[in-house]
Order: sequence, then structure tokens, then C-alpha cells
Amino acid sequence: MKIAVCIKQVPAREWQPRLRDDKAWIREQDVSYEMNEPDAYALEESLRLREKHGGEVVVCSAGPTRVQQVLREALARGADRALHVEDESLSSADASVTAAAMAAAMADEKFDLVLTGLQSDDQGHGQTGVVLAERLGIPHSTIIMEVQIEGGALRVKRELEGGWFQWIAMPLPALLTIQSGINQLRYATLKGIMAAKKKEIRKVALPAGLQAGQQIVALSLPSRAKQTQIIGGSAAEAAKELVRRLREEARAL
Amino acid sequence: MILVIAEQRGGELNRATWEALVAAQQLAKRAGVSSMTVAIAGDAAAAAQELAAAGVGEVLTVAHPALVSYAPDGYVAALAQVIQLQSPRFVVLAHTYQARDFVPALATRLNAPLITDATAIAGAADAPTFMRPMFQGKLAAEVKPVGGGPCFVTFQIGAFRADQLQRGGGPSTITPIAVTIDASAIRQAPEEPFQEAARAVDLSQAARIVAVGRGIKSKEQLPVAEALAKALGAEIAASRPICDSGWLPMERQIGSSGQTVAPKLYVALGISGAIQHLVGMKGSRTIVAINKDADAPIFEVADYGIVGDLFEIVPAMVAELEKA
Repeated sequence: MKIAVCIKQVPAREWQPRLRDDKAWIREQDVSYEMNEPDAYALEESLRLREKHGGEVVVCSAGPTRVQQVLREALARGADRALHVEDESLSSADASVTAAAMAAAMADEKFDLVLTGLQSDDQGHGQTGVVLAERLGIPHSTIIMEVQIEGGALRVKRELEGGWFQWIAMPLPALLTIQSGINQLRYATLKGIMAAKKKEIRKVALPAGLQAGQQIVALSLPSRAKQTQIIGGSAAEAAKELVRRLREEARAL
Repeated sequence: MILVIAEQRGGELNRATWEALVAAQQLAKRAGVSSMTVAIAGDAAAAAQELAAAGVGEVLTVAHPALVSYAPDGYVAALAQVIQLQSPRFVVLAHTYQARDFVPALATRLNAPLITDATAIAGAADAPTFMRPMFQGKLAAEVKPVGGGPCFVTFQIGAFRADQLQRGGGPSTITPIAVTIDASAIRQAPEEPFQEAARAVDLSQAARIVAVGRGIKSKEQLPVAEALAKALGAEIAASRPICDSGWLPMERQIGSSGQTVAPKLYVALGISGAIQHLVGMKGSRTIVAINKDADAPIFEVADYGIVGDLFEIVPAMVAELEKA
């Protein structure tokens, strides 16, 4: 089994948004980055599949130089090697460009299985995996909670809304977008971190002329749907005041 | 023309389709588009009748043996033909799990832009733009489609209200559209949908809910939230990461992949408020958020908020409630 895992580097969870002067993107110099959480589950799933079926896990990312940090992290967790489509413009690329960049880098590799997280915690289009499958000409299924492989055939458990699920069978090669929580994540060991230093990160140039499907006009802080009453004071004072308002104003108790 | 793609499962219309129709009517108004058409794929005669009765535009039924069970390959093949035949300016859908499964492939096949999870329509008549969340709802982005038509847009569930639909004067016509699908080109073989286990708790019936998120930090800290639930006479629930970690069972999960609730009181403890969670609870009558991050999106839907350490505030609330 030759498995590709697509990962994205996104602002860390505790990041407080600050905008660039033109408001069309974030101030990147302020940001500390981490591996997109749904992609971490896709990586873990690929490592488990390799443990069961043998083969190779290749971690792929399209982004500026900084994304090497998450590629190294994936290698430290156990991926065998990495592909990096490197270009500074990719930091704010939309799903069309990201998927086309990945497709070009993967074309010669002939992967049996491609895994992605179901969406990214930055732009959150939730498109890249499915567009990539279409570009690679392979079948796909999304929001996957279990992966079974037997005799070259794939059977996956897809999550539907409201607690419903469905099993889907399809031939390999295929692409799956992985739902968070499909497995328990492993963390890198010291041995893994040392081994990762010797693993290959192959750089691939961004093909020219990729067309975006959308452009960000402006970013802003979201407008509040409700007028929230923020209750201040010490913990005891705030708790007392909240209980009073829930009783007397909201009549919720 | 705006084409709305309706969604059905087992012949039953997904209620989010009505919201997509409202969004499409507002888009039509903004963009100066005069006509609307609704397409529904699969075995959906009753759902097509229901749509036609609303009188919002001609209903196209796309029936084919290969479309009886949903598979993305079949939907992409069939709907690409419908869209090429109709040449709409916009194609509108609800941002459901099913839309996420096939629309990116459909738009790519037609070399058309796709904007997902839109919450509002902005921009000028000749160039509408769309608002959508980015960075887990920490920022709102105004985006404009680029490239060839039609422009595909999926609208976030709950962003438009189904009861604002402007119904037509009389029922719309229903027109069957014939499509050719090579059954061997459908590579996914779906089995029947199922539910994991009968639900032990029906959170939708709870009058009060105390929900915990990542801010609870560890399973060992859950009694802090449970004490508040007991004092309020509330059910305990959680955001997805808590159930993923196995700290609470999946059946207590609120959000797009769990239960949708609208209790009298919803207390969110240490929940940042990712959109997947908000769609499951924002209809609650009174929402309280307690979070150490003043910028957490949960405060956008909260009626009352306390910015601070839940491990100090929650025990103080319990003490206050027990005084009475």
C-alpha cells in the first residue's frame, strides 16, 4: 500500500486574529502554526493502515517554506517521506489552487490511497480533498469514521448527519476525507524525532497558471448575532450576578 | 436563472433545502435574476410535489436507476448534464454533508467556482459576493467568485430562515429531465444508512443543558460541570472533541454530527464555538457562555457571558444555586 496523506499548516488554536493592513489576509508574522487537526487524524489513520497492510506513507503539503515544520512533525510521528509543493503564494491559496498543486505533485507517484482531513481550520472550504480526487480521476468518499481494506477493495464508514452512518465500498486507488475522532492520535517519540531528520522532503515547484475559484475581498471580525451581556467582577461576584439574571431576567431557572 | 439543487434521503426532503431556497431568493433579488428552478435527483416524487406546491419555480426531477441510492459519482454525472442543459448563473445548495461529498467534484468537472458555507450575500448586482466564516469562525470573509460560470454556492444551515420563503401564487410545474449515466462509472457502492445504537438520551427534550468543551481540560474535571448540571436540573452534553476523546459518550454530542437542541437554557463551559457546534445549539432560548477567551465565537451567540476561569466560576455558581 502506497498511501499519501495531505496535511496543512494552520494558525494554532489559541491564535488571536490580526489582519494585514489591506484586510485581505491575516498578519502572518504574528502567527504560530500547527498541524491542521483533522489532517492529524488522517495521518494517524495512514500509519495504522501501514502497520496492518505494509507499504509506505508519504505526507504531502502545499504551502510556503514554513510548512516544513509540520512535514517534519509528520515524519517524526512515523511517515516515511514527504512531498512539499513550495511557494509563498500558497499561504492564502484557495481549495482549487491547493488541490491542483497537490494533484500535479502526486501525478507520478501512483498512490493506492490518498487521505486528507475533512476540512482545514483556517479557510475551512472543505473542498480540497474532493477536488483533488476529481483531478486525480479517482473515486472518493468523505467524512470517514472507519477504513477497511481487504484484497485490494476498500470499505469505509461514512458519517451522515444526526448520528447516522453508512458503509460504502469502492475500488482502489481512492481518496478519503477523514473525520476527526476516527482514532486516537499518537505523538512523536524522541526516536521518531531523531529518525525524521534523515527522512527525505522532496520539494516540488508550483505549476504556473493555476486558477483560483475565489478571491478574498476582505476579512473582518464577525458581527455579533446577539447583544451579549458580559458579566464582570470576581468569579464569585460574576457567578452570583449570572444566577440572579438567569432567575429574574431570563426566567431560565 | 438560479438553479437550486434540493436534497432528499429515502424520498424525504431535507429541511435545509427550504433554507437554500430562501438564500436563493435573496441572491436572485440582489443579483437581479428573475427566475428560479429547483432540481431534485433520485426517487423523489413526493418531495418534488412538495417543492412544486411552494410555487417558487419549475421543479426538475432527475430520475435514473443509478440515482436511487446516493453516490457522489452518480450525482456528479447526472447534475453536470442538468446544469449544462439549463445554463444557470448560480447553483445553490444547503451546506449539508451530502453537498460537501459531491459539489466540489461537480464544480471542478464544470470548471466553475464553488463558495461553501456562505452565511450572507453582499456585493453589487453585477458582482455579488458572499460572507463565509474562516479560521473556525474567528473571522468573517467576504469572498468573490473568480472564473467561469455558473457560480456554485452552498449556504450554511441555520443562516437563512425557512419561514421567510416567498411562496408563489400557484404550484409550479414538474418536468422530468432525462440523463444518461453509465452505471459502471459509479465507483462507490453505498449500503443502507444506519444508526449506531438506539439513543439512551434524547437531549432535544431536555429543558436545560450544560455542555462542556476543550476548556474542561481532562476527563477528571468533568465532575465540575456535572455538579452544575445537577444544581440546574440539566442534562450534561459536550462538543465534538470531548466525545472524540471518549470523555463523554457520542450520544451526548451537540452539533452537526451530533444532536440539535433548543432548550430553555444552554450553558456552554469552555466551548470555543466552532460552527459545527453552533449549528446544533444556537436555537436555544437563553445561552450562557463561560470561557477564558474573550474572542471565542461562542460569545457571538450567547445572551450572557463570563470571561474567566470556569474552574472558579462554576463552583461559585453551584454554591449560589444551592443557597436558594
